[in-house]
Amino acid sequence: MSLKVDNLRVYYQTLQGPVRALDGVTFMVEDGEIMGLAGESGCGKSTLGYSLIRLTSRMRYIAGQVELDGKVVPIWNDKEMNPFRYKQVSIIPQYAMSAMNPTRKIGRMTAELLKSRGISYKRTLPEFKRRLDLVGLSENVLEMYPIELSGGMKQRMVMVLSTLLDPSLLIADEVTSALDVASQKAVSQMLVEFRNRGFVKSMIVITHDISILYQIADTIMIMYAGQLSEKAPTEEIINSPRHPYTKMLISSLPKVGVKYSEKKLSGIPGKPPSLLNPPSGCRFRHRCPAAFDKCVEDPPFIEIDEGHFVSCWAVFQEEGLDIDQVPAEEGPPGAQILEEALAKHV
Amino acid sequence: MFKLEEISKVYRVGTFGGKELRAVSHVSFEIGKGEVISLIGESGSGKSTIGKMMLQLTPITSGKITFKGTPVSGLKGAALKEYYRHVQGVFQDPFSSYNPIFKADRVFENVREQFFPTVDDARWDEKLRESLRGVGLNPDQVLNKFPHQLSGGQLQRLLIARALLLDVEFLVADEIISMLDASTRIDVLNLLADLKARGLSILFITHDLSLGYYISERAVILFKGYVVEMGSTDRIFSTPLHPYTRMLMASVPRLDKKWAEVEKEVRPEESQVEELPAGYTFFDPEVAREIGGSGHRPQPVLVEVEQDHLVACFEPGDIPPTA
Repeated sequence: MSLKVDNLRVYYQTLQGPVRALDGVTFMVEDGEIMGLAGESGCGKSTLGYSLIRLTSRMRYIAGQVELDGKVVPIWNDKEMNPFRYKQVSIIPQYAMSAMNPTRKIGRMTAELLKSRGISYKRTLPEFKRRLDLVGLSENVLEMYPIELSGGMKQRMVMVLSTLLDPSLLIADEVTSALDVASQKAVSQMLVEFRNRGFVKSMIVITHDISILYQIADTIMIMYAGQLSEKAPTEEIINSPRHPYTKMLISSLPKVGVKYSEKKLSGIPGKPPSLLNPPSGCRFRHRCPAAFDKCVEDPPFIEIDEGHFVSCWAVFQEEGLDIDQVPAEEGPPGAQILEEALAKHV
Repeated sequence: MFKLEEISKVYRVGTFGGKELRAVSHVSFEIGKGEVISLIGESGSGKSTIGKMMLQLTPITSGKITFKGTPVSGLKGAALKEYYRHVQGVFQDPFSSYNPIFKADRVFENVREQFFPTVDDARWDEKLRESLRGVGLNPDQVLNKFPHQLSGGQLQRLLIARALLLDVEFLVADEIISMLDASTRIDVLNLLADLKARGLSILFITHDLSLGYYISERAVILFKGYVVEMGSTDRIFSTPLHPYTRMLMASVPRLDKKWAEVEKEVRPEESQVEELPAGYTFFDPEVAREIGGSGHRPQPVLVEVEQDHLVACFEPGDIPPTA
């Protein structure tokens, strides 16, 4: 079992109060699994990705636990996290185009990077070159500055750098969003290839583009307003989703072959709640056609079928569960604990 | 209604404008009344430049655009204002189309000052509310609000409502839903289709094939500033011919088929030259540049391979035998 996240809460400290961007998420990623993470902007998907590697200055760890390969990952402590970064958990950031130091040639930059982890550049070089070759970059790029590479080349370069130390978990945050379609396909297929070759054990691919995930992911997890809605194998999420939000989201996406004049698609009325003071209970209930009185309680994220997790009271009922016996999800911590956690930043 | 004839756009770049950048090369197509045409291309294909030229936001280097028979490029003063009464644009980023320190409905005041200075308050209010209802918004929910209080979909619909206040006959929609959230973008797309049913013509600029397919009957595929394939959306999607279009079809991530499956159908690596008249080959912008150098470049001719399906080709003799 590669990654285990338990009831993780990460809030943003703002002048108006805490923004509850990640509010109690519990899930697992198996060894060798490519998990796609999708959701609308502001749903907390990037927050989830970043909290597994580095909390930015406004992010506050509130509660929960992250385990990687059986070891607790101290995400709340910036310093203690350091040995994990790059070696255990690595990230391909959203703006890979500007992730490289513009004043260093790529070879020298890589040497400095490896040195900071106490690893010899010389000994890594043959493997480094092999991997550059794999993504279609010649070793001449080591003598080039980042500005000399095209967008797609930079993206591939950062991919190789991020995975050079064979991390256990790789977070790929919107890596294909800024590329043209041909590079998009090439980069996505490379991610799969990296997993197949064992450069990374498992992967979380964050994107708003569900069709990319359909192409490469083994499982897809859908987030809504800081919480998890559904996680299931890719085919199930796309072809037989259960959560009302996933259903409406998937059916609102135009597919090639669907025409307005033949089949009119519809969106989801309303908009996601503000995470500054989110409503209690299920956060989707104000937009949900299946909402009923039980939905004022927060539904837990339960496995209803093998590998298929859902957080929805209506689905539990369909599954024949006695919803009065199912305990609701724990609420956020009390005011005092919250205040202490928000004040603390290591 | 709109006719583009051989339009080109050359930007001067580099130190002292010493280099040429051809953004659009010899593009011709027509748009009729009540028609939606999708202009599909990747970044840098010149699709936005074409929209800007039609809106007179950037001058045309060569060629001619006519709107209802009148050349667009020479319009000035009152004639240009009259043109904008009928032709309007909506762009990608709704958040930067508004001034954040003013209320969002200020965009309507500008229209009123410019085009309807004599209309009294009561009649204006009625006209405005009708236009807002026309785009599926509740006037009481969106009027008197600041931009940050509204969603991207609402802001984008306000801009469409603004265009509808005028006697708009033609709308340039440049990637108008790409910044919106998945759950609301389809509503804006449906709105465009409804407007089309009411007789509005639309140039729908997008990089997303499935959106183009959803909304339009005809499509134009752009590659490096050239039209490489155009015609009926159904025909282009079912039998793409030009190697670039086929690559595009095979690369775009789809929700109904995996890449491997699409590749088997489209077979992007196989040439389809047998579909062309004898001696013709598919047009390639790179080859054209190599042959032509900085001087005269061979231009693509659009060959009609079947009804309403045209593909860009080199004519026999365009390519020297050595090439």
